[in-house]
Amino acid sequence: MSLAPPSPAAPILTAENLTVGYAVRKNAPRLVAGPLQLTLWPGELVCLIGPNGAGKSTLLRTLAGVQAQLGGQLAVGGRPLASLPPEARARQLSVVLTERIEASHLTVQELVNLGRHPHTGWLGGLSAHDHAQVQAALVATGTAQFAHRPVGELSDGERQKVLLARALAQDTPLILLDEPTAHLDLPNRVALLRLLHELARTLGKAILLSTHELDLALQAADRVWLLPATGELLAGPPEDLVLSGAFAAAFQREGLAFDVATGTFELHAPTGPAVQLLGEGPAAFWTRRALLRAGFVPTASPAAWRVTVPPDVGRGSWQSQVPGRAMQQHTTIADLLQVFSNDYRKLA
Amino acid sequence: MSPASPTPSPATPVVVRRPRLTSGLLLLILLVVLAFLFDVALGPVRIPVLTVARHLLGHGAAADTATAFIVHQIRLPKALTALAVGSGLAVSGLQMQTLFRNPLAGPSALGLTAGAGLGVALIMLTSGSAASALAVRQLGLAGSWALVLAATAGAAAVMALVLALAARVRDNVVLLIVGLMVASVTGAIVSLWQYFSAPEQIQEYLLWTFGALGGVTGPHLAVLATVVALGLGLALTSAKPLNALLLGENYARSLGLRVRRSRTLIILSTSLLAGSITAFCGPIGFVGIAVPHLTRALLGTADHRILLPGACLLGAALVLACDCLAQLPGSQITLPINVVTSLLGAPVVLWVVLRRPIRTAA
Repeated sequence: MSLAPPSPAAPILTAENLTVGYAVRKNAPRLVAGPLQLTLWPGELVCLIGPNGAGKSTLLRTLAGVQAQLGGQLAVGGRPLASLPPEARARQLSVVLTERIEASHLTVQELVNLGRHPHTGWLGGLSAHDHAQVQAALVATGTAQFAHRPVGELSDGERQKVLLARALAQDTPLILLDEPTAHLDLPNRVALLRLLHELARTLGKAILLSTHELDLALQAADRVWLLPATGELLAGPPEDLVLSGAFAAAFQREGLAFDVATGTFELHAPTGPAVQLLGEGPAAFWTRRALLRAGFVPTASPAAWRVTVPPDVGRGSWQSQVPGRAMQQHTTIADLLQVFSNDYRKLA
Repeated sequence: MSPASPTPSPATPVVVRRPRLTSGLLLLILLVVLAFLFDVALGPVRIPVLTVARHLLGHGAAADTATAFIVHQIRLPKALTALAVGSGLAVSGLQMQTLFRNPLAGPSALGLTAGAGLGVALIMLTSGSAASALAVRQLGLAGSWALVLAATAGAAAVMALVLALAARVRDNVVLLIVGLMVASVTGAIVSLWQYFSAPEQIQEYLLWTFGALGGVTGPHLAVLATVVALGLGLALTSAKPLNALLLGENYARSLGLRVRRSRTLIILSTSLLAGSITAFCGPIGFVGIAVPHLTRALLGTADHRILLPGACLLGAALVLACDCLAQLPGSQITLPINVVTSLLGAPVVLWVVLRRPIRTAA
């Protein structure tokens, strides 16, 4: 993986005071988000995140030209998106949507071939250049080996890669993906984001994706577009948004507490006694998680309850000290938790 | 900007697929030629296939005027009509299935045929007494034009109605129900007309619904052939839009397709095909639904640049074969073509429906 290329002169997408929403009636449009100031640069992966209902999909659909903007300026490749003829727009941006491909008998090859649609003549015949582009897209996404399989027989992870290959074959400087990780298991989610990050770097494409995978977005995105329910979009490298507290604030409404120290959302609200955790390394990390789950509050400062983790993972044992009983040795975390829970019950 | 990391491998998968497609299309052409020869050969007077071939190539024996008359005046027009009907209905069915993304769509399922029937019924009502074949004979070219226009207008009106409703519903199942309801209403109007009509008018309309390939000759065949050729030509230009529509409307739009324009093109083509064929030959069932599935299974592709000519050929071969069967070899009776296509087509549709869950589970 290479470093980010030097910032090119011209952004691929710019939006000034863009407002998005639905024009239900002529005089009473339903504003979902805006006014937004946006830029997308070549070679960057941007994740659009935000709580449900903040308007991620609406914004993405507007940027894709599927839905008309309510107001402001939106330009792709230096030209206003609304004035681009469909063919020209299809050469500027490609999309991966959430909707299912119902033509399950279509082979992967045929599906990716369709990406060349904006570049072919009236009959849709593929030239040698078109075939080369399709093949390159298949290779880049690692889907070439199942090019002959029908789309209906692919796993979710494979299908998402194939849809990405189709977008790549369209050969556009900008790729928009709506919730591409939605139906994927964790390994596939990680693999897809890694692939997108790499494609943005190596091919110089601007890739924008909306996602609910906050942890992954924080790790993979060059920049994050954070769209809180208030409709005021914040953009920047994920780390800046985390440290400034903007990230935590955006999700607070949903009752989620973001831990700036670990970069994760807290799953548990422990109510038990504080436990001093002595030791470091993976064993300390996982012991901390186990204690949190069991309802204890792990801490580095001295406390009446104390756990010393083994220095070597796989060898040695945990030592526990609780007021009113002698020190004990535990060979597993399961053992430790059981003893701790018993002690806690006795106390209570 | 190109997604060119490594050079494309020489084993491009596209090359591997070609032989099957080519041999499949060649097989279909062979089938059409054979079915065409047999269709001309079979009938109350059986003519040897070789004699048929000689006549068709213009080398018929000069003395054999009876055979020449049968071949050129009766059998050839009927076979050509079968050719037009088969290719037109198959292509129209393929267009409908892709446009509506419904494997059971076809001209009749969406009320198109019923609409054409209503047009014909209205013409029969205003012209007093005229079954399609009779009308063509009695009213001459003008009459056949009126019939074609009425049927096309009826089919197009129903199609426009279905599409207008389609803009409101996104669900394909709902859309199919809409089509069936429109067909039902149209059928009810025809029934209402029948209720107030004279028995001989009803009988003529009933005969029209049985379907007939034999009534179209001379200038009328020229009219049918022209309209079908026009519809097929339009269908050919819809190959690229149809391919894009395989992914659904949103993806098609993102590929730069002007969806509304393409829809209009496809509707126009289907209306010309289904409308004219229904006008001249009556409603002929199942070809439109069954042939696209058979074509996909035979050629193993979803590419409409191949499926459209494929369905065209297979449809022609199938209707020609059905017409051969309709002659009831060895007897003087000719079965109505609609009965034969339905008898053959319904099992095919059943096969398609029952095969589906098994494939998904696999």
